[in-house]
Amino acid sequence: MSQSNVEISQEELQLNPHLKEKPDTLTRIFFRKFFKNKLAVIGSILLFIIIMAAVFAPLIAPYSYEQQNLIDKLKPPSSEYWLGTDRYGRDIFTRLLYGGRVSLLVGFGAVLGALIIGVSFGALAGYYGGIIDAILMRVVDIVISIPSFFLLITIVTIFKPSVGNLILIFALTSWTSTARLVRGEFLTLRSREFVLASKTIGTKSYKIIFSHILPNAMGPIIVSATLLIGGVILAEAALSYFGLGISPPTPTWGNMLQDAQNYTVMLTAPWYPFFPGLLILLTVLSFNFIGDGLRDALDPKSLD
Amino acid sequence: MASYIFRRTLMAIPLLLGITILSFAIIKAAPGGPVSMLMDPTMKPSDREKFEEKYGLNDPVHVQYFKWLGNMVKGDFGNSLIKRGVPVSELIMNRLPNTLLLMVVSTLLAALIAIPFGIYSAMRPYSKLDYTVTVGSFLGIATPGFWFGLMLIMFFSVKFAWFPTGGVATLNAPFSIWDRIHHLILPAIVLATADMAALTRYTRSSMLDVLKQDYIRTALSKGFKEKKVVLKHGLRNGMIPIVTLFGLMLPSFIGGAAITEKIFAWPGIGSLFIDSAFQRDYPVIMALTVVSAIFVVIGNLLADILYAIFDPRIEY
Repeated sequence: MSQSNVEISQEELQLNPHLKEKPDTLTRIFFRKFFKNKLAVIGSILLFIIIMAAVFAPLIAPYSYEQQNLIDKLKPPSSEYWLGTDRYGRDIFTRLLYGGRVSLLVGFGAVLGALIIGVSFGALAGYYGGIIDAILMRVVDIVISIPSFFLLITIVTIFKPSVGNLILIFALTSWTSTARLVRGEFLTLRSREFVLASKTIGTKSYKIIFSHILPNAMGPIIVSATLLIGGVILAEAALSYFGLGISPPTPTWGNMLQDAQNYTVMLTAPWYPFFPGLLILLTVLSFNFIGDGLRDALDPKSLD
Repeated sequence: MASYIFRRTLMAIPLLLGITILSFAIIKAAPGGPVSMLMDPTMKPSDREKFEEKYGLNDPVHVQYFKWLGNMVKGDFGNSLIKRGVPVSELIMNRLPNTLLLMVVSTLLAALIAIPFGIYSAMRPYSKLDYTVTVGSFLGIATPGFWFGLMLIMFFSVKFAWFPTGGVATLNAPFSIWDRIHHLILPAIVLATADMAALTRYTRSSMLDVLKQDYIRTALSKGFKEKKVVLKHGLRNGMIPIVTLFGLMLPSFIGGAAITEKIFAWPGIGSLFIDSAFQRDYPVIMALTVVSAIFVVIGNLLADILYAIFDPRIEY
């Protein structure tokens, strides 16, 4: 904001005491609304810790994730092993730190991919309408009708899962909701005056789509993407739990749970299956809290 | 109305065709393909050719597709590759009742708990109970179903031995209703949890919208009891979007049912699917993908028709 040169008289100030203050910027309104939502703040802090722990796992971890100590099998949590040890005497805390890497990487990567596919589909369908819309949306209907968990398992059994493959597979199975959402936004936005104005001065279609309409639809897209990351992390953990994801010895929260699903483990070391699941829960919960906070903060109609 | 139902049903047909094409294409993309499972790796090239000829593998792709589709329309999904000679349709029909039982019971359980809580939350928004319900439903959505199931098994089946660890009934025991219910409780709770959470959130927001309407205020200002206004005037309109929600939730519900069935060794089509995926029993995988998608399409069709019946404002 540039400093205004207009002299403000004392009387005017008395009438409106806020006159000298700078007007709120969009970012400031956003942050004020977001920080008002306690759950969203808690979610952000939790997620920050989880991401940092996964990124700096090699620095934080007291052991290596492969290091086996067969004498220390299934030890309870202690000062030596903070969260106990698994069936091969590996430190569970260390493996949890590393396990988060796969989940988060697949979550973020897949949602980025899903956004690229979903936004393109939705934007084209919503902007052009007519026959293009009809064809593209029928494709969405088809993919959405097959339960995504079935689709996932079918594809995973065909292609060997690696982190890259998993990202691709999740992106290919989870873009449909984004496509529907973006299409809806584009349908309402394309008939607005600013789009008409751009069209009359001869702006190219791709420019109208990407630099005029898309920024206006960003709010709902960000919210749904945040929630989608949580969903992908849940599904990745489920796949890995069934032994269809990244295979051991690379730890993931899901394959740790698979390893812990054993009668003796459950009787003698209940903390082992408990912690990986708790971390999945906390991560997904954080994403959902943040998504909910973003929904209110990004909605210009919601009250301050 | 009849013409709407007819048109809506017609629209489902190209959708179903698309689903079959997609499932077919995915399996065709599999390296080696389904038939490599049947082939002997030491087969002579001449025998291999005869084999491919016999199974129609040399036919153009579209011929293969239509052959498969034609058989499927007649109810013939082929035979299982693992359990040699057993028709896939028989495998599915044997297990379908178990899945339906689990899904119906857990849906009822979810609805019975979620709808009252959602209504109460909407009646007293931002109250203590509303916050508790909201946080509770966030937890329900974020809880991995397989982990929740594992925890329940760990505590209630392994540690305290109150419930069986899995299955639909005690092996070799005579049929008893109590035994069946005993086996059903834990899987139904696990499957109901996630849906309960989502359903509570939707009921709350739908009822919040309805309770803001003028006709509710009018009814209240005329001196009707709040309970009567909410349950009689509000609920009718508040429940309409929930019908659509059931249709939309169906795919994830079927996926969740598969996970639950696998954990509790529940012999339904979900666990059949996961087992078949492991064994690469392609005919079963393809059949189940198509069958589950048909369920989803029919579910959405019913939801749309019910919506049109319940909401007289809809024009068709």
